Amino acid sequence: MAKIYSKEKSVTDSMKPKKETISFLLNYSKALHITKVGKMRIETIAN
Amino acid sequence: MANVQIPDALLVKNYVAGDESALATLITRHESKIYGFIYSKIADRDISDDIFQDTFIKVIKTLKSNSYNEEGKFLPWVMRIAHNLIIDHFRKNKKMPMFRETEEFSIFSVMSDNTMNVEHQMISDQVEMDLKRLIEELPEDQKDVLMMRIYQDLSFKEISELTGVSINTALGRMRYALMNLRKVIEKHQIILTN
Repeated sequence: MAKIYSKEKSVTDSMKPKKETISFLLNYSKALHITKVGKMRIETIAN
Repeated sequence: MANVQIPDALLVKNYVAGDESALATLITRHESKIYGFIYSKIADRDISDDIFQDTFIKVIKTLKSNSYNEEGKFLPWVMRIAHNLIIDHFRKNKKMPMFRETEEFSIFSVMSDNTMNVEHQMISDQVEMDLKRLIEELPEDQKDVLMMRIYQDLSFKEISELTGVSINTALGRMRYALMNLRKVIEKHQIILTN
């Protein structure tokens, strides 16, 4: 069988961010509340 | 049961309406493409994670403030945000480019350290010590001239004034000092190189 000498791809298709990053984003989303007052945008983050 | 996938547009709508799980679905659906895209430009996992995070923070803020334009598709829109953040990252680092050691790229291929390593420093110290010992063996008048010329960097005129001899005598003593040193070095086969 022919050997494949081409270099292995350094970026795999299944690359995913860290679980902590996803968890941070989901928690951030839950905590964030945006209120619009006229042209102003007020961001509130609930702990 | 048929696996029916909820369209992105509907998930976005649900998320804007307060369904937090819709965001999780959107992230799970697109994380590989978005993260892969960022990593293909950045080639660093930690920085890619940061940019991925910043991208979704923008997404969340835009969606929560009802500023999302539903005309476009979700994924291309997120990709555009990621792309802009990647450009910002490179702009920010332009003045101070940061290289990370990888298998293909070694930082030492573009950087050189002119200072001596420990081995060379030790050899150099040894050579200097040997040379000093050899100089100590020279006749006093020759040793004085050589020390003043080499270690104190005095001119032959200054040496002649200090030692009370003519310039020619000082030059002659220096010449004999070097000749004697060479003779001793050759005789004992001393290697004085670094």
